[in-house]
Amino acid sequence: MKEGEQQRVPLRERAEWSDVTPLPQNDGPNPVVPIQYTEDFSQVMDYFRAVYLADERSPRALALTAEAVQFNSGNYTVCQVRIKCFRLHLFLFISSLLQVWHFRRLLLESLKVDLNAELDFVERMAAGNSKNYQMWHHRRWVAEKLGPEARKNELEFTKKILSVDAKHYHAWSHRQWVLQALGGWEDELNYCTELLKEDIFNNSAWNQRYFVITRSPFLGGLKAMRESEVLYTIEAIIAYPENESSWRYLRGLYKGETTSWVNDPQVSSVCLKILRTKSNYVFALSTILDLICFGYLPNEDFRDAIDALKTADMDKQNLDDNEKGEQQNLNIAQNICSILEQVDPIRTNYWIWRKSRLPLSA
Amino acid sequence: MSEESERDTNPAAAPPCPTVSQRDQWMVESQVFQIYQLFATIPGSAQNLMYLSQLELQRDNHMQYLSKGLRHLSSAFSVLDANRPWLCYWIFHSIALLGESVDDELEDNTIDFLNRCQDPNGGYAGGPGQMPHIATTYAAVNTLITLGGQKSLASINRDKLYGFLRRMKQSNGGFRMHDEGEIDVRACYTAISVASVLNILDDELIKNVGDYILSCQTYEGGIAGEPGSEAHGGYTFCGLATMILIGEVNRLDLPRLVEWAVFRQGKECGFQGRTNKLVDGCYSFWQGGAVALLQRLSSIINKQMEEASQTFTISDVSEAKESLDGTSSHATCHGKHEGTSQSCSADYKSIGYNFINEWRAQEPLFHSIALQQYILLCAQEQAGGLRDKPGKRRDHYHTCYCLSGLSLCQYSWSKHPDSPPLPNLVLGPYSNLLEPIHPLFNVVLERYREAHVFFFTES
Repeated sequence: MKEGEQQRVPLRERAEWSDVTPLPQNDGPNPVVPIQYTEDFSQVMDYFRAVYLADERSPRALALTAEAVQFNSGNYTVCQVRIKCFRLHLFLFISSLLQVWHFRRLLLESLKVDLNAELDFVERMAAGNSKNYQMWHHRRWVAEKLGPEARKNELEFTKKILSVDAKHYHAWSHRQWVLQALGGWEDELNYCTELLKEDIFNNSAWNQRYFVITRSPFLGGLKAMRESEVLYTIEAIIAYPENESSWRYLRGLYKGETTSWVNDPQVSSVCLKILRTKSNYVFALSTILDLICFGYLPNEDFRDAIDALKTADMDKQNLDDNEKGEQQNLNIAQNICSILEQVDPIRTNYWIWRKSRLPLSA
Repeated sequence: MSEESERDTNPAAAPPCPTVSQRDQWMVESQVFQIYQLFATIPGSAQNLMYLSQLELQRDNHMQYLSKGLRHLSSAFSVLDANRPWLCYWIFHSIALLGESVDDELEDNTIDFLNRCQDPNGGYAGGPGQMPHIATTYAAVNTLITLGGQKSLASINRDKLYGFLRRMKQSNGGFRMHDEGEIDVRACYTAISVASVLNILDDELIKNVGDYILSCQTYEGGIAGEPGSEAHGGYTFCGLATMILIGEVNRLDLPRLVEWAVFRQGKECGFQGRTNKLVDGCYSFWQGGAVALLQRLSSIINKQMEEASQTFTISDVSEAKESLDGTSSHATCHGKHEGTSQSCSADYKSIGYNFINEWRAQEPLFHSIALQQYILLCAQEQAGGLRDKPGKRRDHYHTCYCLSGLSLCQYSWSKHPDSPPLPNLVLGPYSNLLEPIHPLFNVVLERYREAHVFFFTES
């Protein structure tokens, strides 16, 4: 209990609930995976079940759902430490107090409550536990009811959460929904740029950037944005060639237009630049390999840079570098796979497979 | 590997202000490499003894941890009050993976408990009297299949369950997780998986599902939870498995998916869930499982790779757009069922069964020994249970998905699901060998087969 907060009175001792008979959960005589609920928790849930089955649409029912949700938000001091540990384990499929959130929405509609107050409620619950599918679904529902007037609030809400956890999956999904349903695109690219400036390895921010340049009604789409985004991305690659996010983003900029990707000299030249540094070149090699498989013809500079990366035992293979075009390309691709097997050992099986699947025309 | 690792983590080479991602990553790498280094430095025969001991799967302790969970869970588990079928699944599946079982009374109690979670209108809720939910329906059904036997399998009301799934189905192809609930790729998988295994899958349930999942494949190659979201290991497994089960896997850009998935395995030897996120033991199944599924799709993948190469030799831009723009919302439905061997319209009914009965043509694309090392040394708690990563607490979820991933590793080179692996493919003593699973459903293979007989021959 927070300091100064009023001592919580159990429901069965409150006059306003005297007319309700709490309904225990029907676990049967021998329940499995039995949870040793605290008395407070089971009491709140017993009253909730009674109200839910009676389908009571009343202010006290709304207050009860708030009380139930609070038990799972870690806002109560009594359970704080234990709940705090456990909230880290809210997993991919887990719903939290599904029925309570669902009934709360029914109540909000029936009672015609001010939904702005509901946003405040959700925000307070998020402070304790924001990795909860039900809370985000509820937030989306409320914002949808409020319409465009909720835009500013929602962008601020997600921004606050992302400032603490920059890769928060639910927060990003919600933010994307807000942009599409309520607008607010104008500053979003700048927001992505700021986040990437703070952490260039933030893949969520890269993903959001892609979302914006492809869907914002203000930017003209992927093709219109490609040139400026390629420049931005190449700069990021050169700064941190070990950053997988920027390489994937660069590839994404040519989505559906692989020929442009193969023929853009900016792509091949950044690969060559990284190869020549002889450090952190796994993604550069992998990209060159893909380019070759899609028809790119590496020049002598590339062959030299790749040869420089070969180890002594690799030199024994592919001795004949003077073979003609197609065969030469195949050799280069094979050499790249061999080098990658060495420098990227966790993926040895994959590179061996790639080598076995090289197109004959490569 | 150690040389590369040392260079990459050399503080002197790091920029003056590492980003949050870099700092977190280096911290985890440091913990993991410390564990690996401990064994690498032990000399001679002592190394073997020590190494084997730590590499041993602590079966008895895991079994003790799991059994206790079936009988008693502390009040901290209140946060999982709406997920008790999941607790049943994580625990019973883990027990089955270990080749163990529980007494008849406990099995009967579980069947009774799940019956109380079964909604009169179909589907299973997260607890008695609660709302039905597709995810807890999947957990309950998989638990009942794992228990096996007439009593367990017959307790599933398939007709009502079908009605529930139909009510959750949306016109865009997605499913709501529950009445008025959220729509995402998890729901597609849990709905289609349950329908497939129970033999209630039909054209109505399949309709537009492929379009929805296709819209979730991202520019990275992996699959997101919703269109536009970030590629994620859990959703990638769900999306890929669903596309296989509905016979439309060829619509995905599989070469990109393969490449994205194999790059999720890092130098810590385990899998991460997203690009530049931290390793987590549960992705041993979600990502390891995706790669295991892809391993069985080599003919389709090879075909896509050949088509892509040929297209660009011709250098026809418009044709290129058509063949590679598979994630476009205007993707053609041509060859919708090309991914399956049969040509009849109802062939998706046998996909789940046929998927693991065919001989495997392709060797694993991930490093299965390395992943086993991560699971046994970093995810395993010697006192029982498995976890996310060193420093985290054990829990039933991670125990289930780490063990599932370990099983996939051990059988990843087996040509046929019933072929036990060679000893050198099982890290640690051979007694570490777990039961094989059906990778599409994450159910122990033997239990899946029993369920298949029950649900497919009876109808």
